[in-house]
Amino acid sequence: MRSVSTRRLLLAGLLLALVLAGVVSYYASNHPDGLNYVAGRIGFLSTAKPHHTDGSPFAGYATRGVGNARLSGGLAGVVGVVVVGLAGGGLAWLLRRRGHASSEDRR
Amino acid sequence: MHVPDGFLDAPTSLATAGVATVGVVGALVGAARRELDDRTAPLAGLVAAFVFATQMLNFPVGAGTSGHLLGGALAAVLVGPCTATLCLTVVLLAQALLFADGGLTAIGTNVTLMGLVGVWVGWLAFRGVQALLPRRVTMVVPAAAAGAFLSVPVAALGFVGLYAVGGQAPIPLDRLATAMVGWHLLIGVGEAVITALAVSSIVAVRPDLVYGARRVLQRRALVVRDGVAA
Repeated sequence: MRSVSTRRLLLAGLLLALVLAGVVSYYASNHPDGLNYVAGRIGFLSTAKPHHTDGSPFAGYATRGVGNARLSGGLAGVVGVVVVGLAGGGLAWLLRRRGHASSEDRR
Repeated sequence: MHVPDGFLDAPTSLATAGVATVGVVGALVGAARRELDDRTAPLAGLVAAFVFATQMLNFPVGAGTSGHLLGGALAAVLVGPCTATLCLTVVLLAQALLFADGGLTAIGTNVTLMGLVGVWVGWLAFRGVQALLPRRVTMVVPAAAAGAFLSVPVAALGFVGLYAVGGQAPIPLDRLATAMVGWHLLIGVGEAVITALAVSSIVAVRPDLVYGARRVLQRRALVVRDGVAA
């Protein structure tokens, strides 16, 4: 059990997330997920409406204008990881209590 | 489990949007008061990014079906349940706005099912199992796996409940319930495996950063602080 610094852990985690979304996602299953599969089987999949943001440059986890499927999906994944990481981390940073000690330590 | 526009009627979607709003506001307050500090806030960003990444990785679960991590239990164990609700909400918003995954009118439904039901069922089951196991840091891993496993079929059942109230097609609800719970029990196994892998790798190197391990580590932390003070 070797301890690693928080910075290194965060960097390693970010790198892993980028590789998973940017590279490994290409090999993910293309089958419908549980909900869509069940909806298709039971017969209410057709009630789904077209998505409002189908015009987004990254709709369907593909990058518009990039023909190569590997690159197109990978770019979308990387953009997603960066956007979500910044938004989630930024929100948490704004909400955090200032100072180091956690509530459990203080009590 | 991203619900698209059109599955549920407008009143139901509006009601879930109300539930989601109340839940997210509560989570904002809870996360700010109890969970987030200088050390854990960056981890919350990483958890959100990691959940987004793993939600792209659909794994096959059987004849023509796939599932992906929901991540509610994973996020709750790592950064706390209120922060987990916020992480999942950020992920779901990004997916709906940027990636056309999960309907815009269904955003309240998706936040309710994955950000509230998934997170809190996972968290409460985690706490329940943790209380039954020996008080050791490593026990966080099986407890997290159990919470993850349970969270998926319960969230699926939550969808069935919403469909019973406001589904747009006249379908046999018993068949819907059986199929949803059946497939999501299988997906829950994948959820448990991925959650166990992720939690165990952080517990191995930095157990002090794992929110769900705080209770177990508390005594040690106090000893260390006493040592510093003396």
